[in-house]
Amino acid sequence: MSFAFYLIAALTVAGALAAVLLKNTVHCALALTVAFAGLAFLFLQLDAQFVGFAQILVYIGAVAILVVFAILLTRGSETPKDGGIFSRTWLVGLAVAAAVFAMLGWAVLQSVAGLPRATPEPTVTVGDIGVALMGRYVLPLEIVALLLTAALIGAVIVAMHEKEGSK
Amino acid sequence: MFETADQIFVLLKHWLVGLLPMALQPVAGVVLSVAAIVCFFPALFALTTVFERKGLGRIQNRIGPNRTGPFGILQPVADGIKSLTKEDIVPLSADGAVHFLAPVVLVVAVFMGFAVLPMGRNMVLADMDAGLLFYFAIGASTELSVFMAGWSSRNKYSLMGAMRAVAQMISYEVALLLSSVAVVMISGSLSLTKIVEAQNHYSYGLPHWYIFTPWGLAGFVMYAIATTAETNRSPFDLPEGESELVAGYHTEYSGFKFALFFLGEYLAMFSISGLGTTLFLGGWTAPFSFLTWVPSWFWFFSKLMMSIFVFIWLRGTLPRLRQDQLMNFAWKFVLPMCLLNLLVAGLWRFMGDGWLRWVICSAILVAAYVGLGWEEMRRMHIGARSYRYAE
Amino acid sequence: MTPLTGYLLVAALLFAIGLAGALTRRNAILVLIGIELMLNAANLNFIAFWRYGPHPEALTGMMFAIFSIAVAAAEAAVGLGLVIAIHRHTHTTDLDQINRMKG
Repeated sequence: MSFAFYLIAALTVAGALAAVLLKNTVHCALALTVAFAGLAFLFLQLDAQFVGFAQILVYIGAVAILVVFAILLTRGSETPKDGGIFSRTWLVGLAVAAAVFAMLGWAVLQSVAGLPRATPEPTVTVGDIGVALMGRYVLPLEIVALLLTAALIGAVIVAMHEKEGSK
Repeated sequence: MFETADQIFVLLKHWLVGLLPMALQPVAGVVLSVAAIVCFFPALFALTTVFERKGLGRIQNRIGPNRTGPFGILQPVADGIKSLTKEDIVPLSADGAVHFLAPVVLVVAVFMGFAVLPMGRNMVLADMDAGLLFYFAIGASTELSVFMAGWSSRNKYSLMGAMRAVAQMISYEVALLLSSVAVVMISGSLSLTKIVEAQNHYSYGLPHWYIFTPWGLAGFVMYAIATTAETNRSPFDLPEGESELVAGYHTEYSGFKFALFFLGEYLAMFSISGLGTTLFLGGWTAPFSFLTWVPSWFWFFSKLMMSIFVFIWLRGTLPRLRQDQLMNFAWKFVLPMCLLNLLVAGLWRFMGDGWLRWVICSAILVAAYVGLGWEEMRRMHIGARSYRYAE
Repeated sequence: MTPLTGYLLVAALLFAIGLAGALTRRNAILVLIGIELMLNAANLNFIAFWRYGPHPEALTGMMFAIFSIAVAAAEAAVGLGLVIAIHRHTHTTDLDQINRMKG
């Protein structure tokens, strides 16, 4: 396990922790961006170049900006009046998350013997991805296109100002 | 002899790397290329600031800076000394860490974009298979730095400027991506070196640059509009318009941080113009087949400087667009034209060689332009001009 | 510990952190941030198994991750639109206060 992997993994986990623990919502969004960037580096380390760059382009370039705009439009950067950024049932949530992590970790470590050791580097070009998208995966591609169109129209309609007369 | 002149920087780099021990050579090669980019483009930036101020001055019927050095050549030195020695004022309620990191993120992201540009034959820093995607991914990070700068200043004008800038940048980014996708479709690769290679053919002495095809010309115009908007240049510079928003998202920055923003903006202009020349103007290829003896890097940089000149010309000539006019233009005119351009590029590819594809593709694009233009003009209700006088 | 185990543990940790954030924070947008973290952790799992699996030339893991990224972006857009619409109606994004069906 290379030093680079540990460093990037530490960065990603630190970003994720900051994203759920910080008080100021905009700081949380910026820490989330750091986590996304760390994940993109992890993808690049796994020789998945297209996915890594798509992660940066879509998540950092679009989703992070969406989150930040939503925070600004809902004035979420003001801290809540009656104090407390965690809900009343925070202990239960934390316990559930810890249980999920324990279960997943146990499952992964338990099956170490069955996991493959090392495989040669896959030589996947963007051309191969294009051929696969237009060949074997053309149906999911078209469905995702429809889904994105529906989501675009839906998000605009949901967030639009209502006309004054229809109240 | 001409090959030596063409490859002179590559040969120089090989010689320098050869002087070092074997173990260090790969790292030294990369470090040398990176150092060359980091030293050369800021020097070009300094030259461009003089060029711009003199050019704008001449367009506006005045001389421009002429005190510092002959023809004002040493003006960037004076500007550099000024910005380095100015006091770095940070507002008391500003968010310290984010305020500090915003210009850093911008400059780092912009410098990373230069890694994939082919500046000459065999002169790419990182020849990636998905080079174009890497460039756009890095470009998307600059929007985040703009927002960070505006929000961390705790200033209404900065925040408004930042939100306007980000809204403008994400709208025109779609146009940028779509006009590049047409090029990717025709050349069949996301790698910038292969895109230049696909344009490196000549017929009857004229090059096969993509700008000389109907879809290429339309794509180039859309790309040029999108780059002017992405780099917040006039006529799309409402986010930093001096008469509107003080200085927009970099109001609260002084001294060296402001110089970094300035540097970042101009370097973004260089890299995006470099990408435009690679995609549409043939990169480092010569304009006529009898001129291929001139070094390839000379052609790349002269096309780059011509694009910069056009940017300066636009800044001096056109008035600023209002925010809603800008957004309307992006979503209702540029985006449909880009989508249609994709269709036309596909038609071009599958119609085979001949005069018919020229006629049909040009006809579709012209009809779309006229149709969309009429639609926009009708919506704007342009009537007879009316004047109001003060009583 | 094989490289694959390392990546899977990191993905599990990110998933748990995202889940904790989604279940404990009061602000609706932070819940969405937690959900995005969970989706990203699943993507990491897919890519890790693609890389260390027996048939990387089949591209299955990579395709799933690409579609997952697209769908997650769409879902984030719709979710944030909903949060903005609710904020316009109730003037708060505090989930502890949006606990009645009556408007």
